[in-house]
Amino acid sequence: MTDPENFADDDEVVEAPPLTLPLDAWHRARSARMVEFAGYMMPVQYEGIIAEHLWTRSSAGLFDVSHMGQLVVSSEAGGMAAAEAALEALLPADLSTLKLGGLRYSLLLGDDGGILDDLIVGRWRDAFQLVVNGATKWDDIAHLREYLPDDITLSHRDEHALLALQGPEAAAVLSALDIQPAMPGIVPPEALSFMQAGPYLWQGRPLGISRSGYTGEDGFEISVRNEDVVALADALAALPQVKPIGLGARDSLRLEAGLPLYGHDLSEATEPVSAGLGFAINKRRRSEGGFPGAARILPLLADGAATRRVGLALQGRMAAREGAQVFVGDHLVGQVTSGGFSPSLNHPIAMAYVDAAQSALGTQLEIDMRGRRLSAEVVPLPFVPHRYFRTGAAR
Amino acid sequence: MSRYFTKEHEWIEVAGDIGTVGISDYAQGQLGDITFVELPAVGAEFKQGDAAAVVDSVKAASDIYVPVAGSITEINAALEDQPELVNTAPDAGGWLFRVKLADAGELSGLMDETAYKAYVAEL
Repeated sequence: MTDPENFADDDEVVEAPPLTLPLDAWHRARSARMVEFAGYMMPVQYEGIIAEHLWTRSSAGLFDVSHMGQLVVSSEAGGMAAAEAALEALLPADLSTLKLGGLRYSLLLGDDGGILDDLIVGRWRDAFQLVVNGATKWDDIAHLREYLPDDITLSHRDEHALLALQGPEAAAVLSALDIQPAMPGIVPPEALSFMQAGPYLWQGRPLGISRSGYTGEDGFEISVRNEDVVALADALAALPQVKPIGLGARDSLRLEAGLPLYGHDLSEATEPVSAGLGFAINKRRRSEGGFPGAARILPLLADGAATRRVGLALQGRMAAREGAQVFVGDHLVGQVTSGGFSPSLNHPIAMAYVDAAQSALGTQLEIDMRGRRLSAEVVPLPFVPHRYFRTGAAR
Repeated sequence: MSRYFTKEHEWIEVAGDIGTVGISDYAQGQLGDITFVELPAVGAEFKQGDAAAVVDSVKAASDIYVPVAGSITEINAALEDQPELVNTAPDAGGWLFRVKLADAGELSGLMDETAYKAYVAEL
């Protein structure tokens, strides 16, 4: 058979030997299969991707995402106003409407409007935090260092690991851990609304907890010092609702949730409108412009893009994979950017970029896989409904 | 009956001039959860090393190569509804297809079980 160990990003050219993360031995002790991903040795699976996937959808999964970049942008001289202005020159977000402790999905854009990375930006009291993809973090840091003004400080919090706790039991699990707000006015973590964050203490150890994730489920992402992450992972995994989950299920979960993966569904060659990420260009920025690629992106927002990222539900059981071509009859209309078997739906699903004329819901398409034509239909994204937790009072 | 293995982790068990082909336990473990198996048509002819089947897992699709040349005499129809048999019983109920050997001499280039175990231990 062909070598199945192709999970690592093919686009990634990593010359140096892979690095290890603080939980490396923790994963190996739990029989994880470790693969190289984004320059690090990472757990791809423990007991099996389908079991881990379904566990996350029904209980709580613990993911090590310490490969991701945790960046902090601040300005000693100009304060938050200067940091905000500097970031708004690089992102299409309206940071003036981002409240303390708030998080927002945004995009690092090149001058031509191409997507350099997708990220989460959060407002702290004295800085903005960016959480960026592991595979792109070094390029992001170089880009930010080049484009941020000299009075802006960029730091890489690589002394911090990042855990994600995802699933319907995540809040109950976290509330069992006796985590205290680190300052007055901060709600307990289980009272955070989706896309809110705050500083906490657990047994005297500082944690940055946000209600966010990459699975479509309710859940949290927890930034923790490297020296504390084993104790935290042990405490979480000791609870019966929690199992460790590998990158394999992380990918199938995010695909079902319709969330794009940078390097596959997004790249420098895609702009936000065809990617279906127009929501990341906030209202004030649409009227004012002033972000990279605005001259290209704003007309696309008004008139529509030539291609669209769509969800495809496939007939049969053979999955379509990244790179497969999409047809209407003999006419090539697009390309699959992510595809696989959906454990929750029990049939294959895919994301593809197709000509706008073929992007309407219900459109019947065909995908060429190894000379075989797979029938597919354009369906709404997400494939599996999101179950984010939103407090009525907080929003 | 004797069982032979390829470096690509297929096994073939030969009885007379018919060989039953599957993938090894090591291979199914590497592939992970198998969701679909595409099998060849009965009667199809293959040369040694040709890709004759595709095993689709949650992670990736992998070609399965014919250990020796021959024509397909039977496929494991149970895999249509239960592809996971390749995970749960790779050495028995999860077999893929049977092939009528064109040249039994090709078997001499394959590993026996002892040699295969040593080979896997080195991976």
